[in-house]
Amino acid sequence: MKVFGKIGMVLGVAAIVASCHDKRSPNYQFMPDMYEPISYETYQESSAFRNGISAQLPVEGTVARGHIPYEYPNTLEGYAAAKENLTNPTPAEEITDEYLNEGKQLYGIYCAVCHGDKGDGQGILVEREKLLGIPSYDDAGRAITAGSIYHVIRYGLNAMGSYANQVNEEERWKVTEYVLTLKQDLESK
Amino acid sequence: MCTDLKNGYIQYIVYIRANFMIENTYSNMKKMIRPNSMTRILGIGLALLLSFSSSLFAQDQPEADPAAGKTLFNTYCAACHHLDRRMTGPALRGVGDKFEREWLHAWIKNSQALIKSGDEEAVRIWEEYKPAVMTPFPQLSEQDLDDIIAYTMEVEEEPAATDVAATGAAGSGGSSSGINGDIVLGALILVFGVLVVMLFLVNKTLRKIAEANGVEVKTPEKTKPLWRAFVQNQFLVIVTVILLLLGSAYYAFGYMMQIGVDQGYEPVQPIHFSHKIHAGDNGIDCKYCHSSARTSQTSGIPSLNVCMNCHQSIPEVSESTATAEYSKEFYDGEIAKLYKAVGWDVSTQSYTGESQPVKWVRIHDLPDFVYFNHSQHVSVAGIACQVCHGEVQEMEILHQHAPLTMGWCIQCHQDTNVKMEGNEYYTKIHEELAKKYGVDQLTAAQMGGMECAKCHY
Repeated sequence: MKVFGKIGMVLGVAAIVASCHDKRSPNYQFMPDMYEPISYETYQESSAFRNGISAQLPVEGTVARGHIPYEYPNTLEGYAAAKENLTNPTPAEEITDEYLNEGKQLYGIYCAVCHGDKGDGQGILVEREKLLGIPSYDDAGRAITAGSIYHVIRYGLNAMGSYANQVNEEERWKVTEYVLTLKQDLESK
Repeated sequence: MCTDLKNGYIQYIVYIRANFMIENTYSNMKKMIRPNSMTRILGIGLALLLSFSSSLFAQDQPEADPAAGKTLFNTYCAACHHLDRRMTGPALRGVGDKFEREWLHAWIKNSQALIKSGDEEAVRIWEEYKPAVMTPFPQLSEQDLDDIIAYTMEVEEEPAATDVAATGAAGSGGSSSGINGDIVLGALILVFGVLVVMLFLVNKTLRKIAEANGVEVKTPEKTKPLWRAFVQNQFLVIVTVILLLLGSAYYAFGYMMQIGVDQGYEPVQPIHFSHKIHAGDNGIDCKYCHSSARTSQTSGIPSLNVCMNCHQSIPEVSESTATAEYSKEFYDGEIAKLYKAVGWDVSTQSYTGESQPVKWVRIHDLPDFVYFNHSQHVSVAGIACQVCHGEVQEMEILHQHAPLTMGWCIQCHQDTNVKMEGNEYYTKIHEELAKKYGVDQLTAAQMGGMECAKCHY
């Protein structure tokens, strides 16, 4: 009978060790002080700040490196003015196939899910009826221009949100140029 | 409002009946004569006869096709309008009753012109919904507009009760099968236990019977016990001890090697975000949300405005999204959590300004003494996210796919070839390194991907 007791003990220990492995919680670490950073990490919670978030907003009036001021406000007048006057500051000779190709790749990531690969408003989300009513780029009532495309990517319009935090200024112009080629293709059909 | 809807209801029924009559007349007439204007007039006459309301709208309706209207509505209107809830613009069900047909046509074709003309209704709507401007639709014909209005007059479908019942049944069926498995296992253990007890009892009874009958039960002769024989054989003892030590060292090593490795870590997140639905079913690119993976060291947790890019217009999941495990109500509740965190008021379609951060639980976390850069791998090397993160597009709940150990990093650096063509800036160093190692294709390790200081400094 002693043997049974011993076997039971071994099994019990094995069960305890096995139950420690819980996929809902992280594993043990050797010497955590080598693993955990001393400085604050981006999304870390911290008591040093009043709202507990270490990802603080920059101080008001901060100008980011490489920031170029954008004169058109996020209003109807701003939209109309951008549509009328705003053009790509990139020199025309720099708008090469490579430039458009980069625009195409960004378009594929950020725009095509709704606007479709061809810009006809038939993206996968529209086909699956998650979002509806995405206009085609050759829509006569909208008559988009380089300026209006850039403005809308930056600020969003109606149901479309702003993409300013996902694509930077240069990338926005690349996407704009690519959208213009799509519009041209749609119109020539 | 209520009477408006009711009106629409009656008109719609009338409209269907009228259509039915016309079609009936058509099919009857077809057998005898070609349908001509006479039959059409007859049909419209019948429709008018049947119609209780004598509004202008009812007269035009038999021409309008709600099915075509639905297609047009989804193409042109649905970005800002929903039939039953407010979006960027107002809910549109029954709009044909609220306004005159001519007014609606003028509004849809160019709402701004109508507002500028000082039309009272137009100005009122503008005041309520500004600064959202309704896009002008000059390309829509009179027929198109009538079709769209006819579609908005359709009566709301009752939610399919049978479907709900079916999914409910499927859900309970799924869970009951799980219980079944447990029950079967429990029953087996019970049966096994009973068998063991029975065996003991039978043995005992047999002995008793044998004793009672005077049968001598042979007791085995006392021989040298096995363990004593084992202890006396020193060679066997040494071999066994060595084997035991080796075995336990093996397991101890294995156990210690997985300390600090979080492969398979699958925490519960504050919002149940399904990568399967977003990246898998809907085919949204990883970099749509994790946009900083292209350009920075971290792949970033998307801020909630990225969620709202789509979820501003998607307050609930479709019936087909729900599974046996997670119901539609569950998913809708998770979207409601997002709205609460970001401070979005669905009824007014605006932000309340009361937001609260979502405390996501970090899964992939390299120790502080390792440097890893996402953009270098994603943008420069062009490695698919799935190489390290596994088939995320199939994960309902995200877990850590790779061990993220140093051996795992090194393995990939040794196996992965560097993209050498079309990379003029590095042509010279590529050539020199290729010559040095005597290979045509350089691996990441040969490019310096195994230098200690590349990752540890």
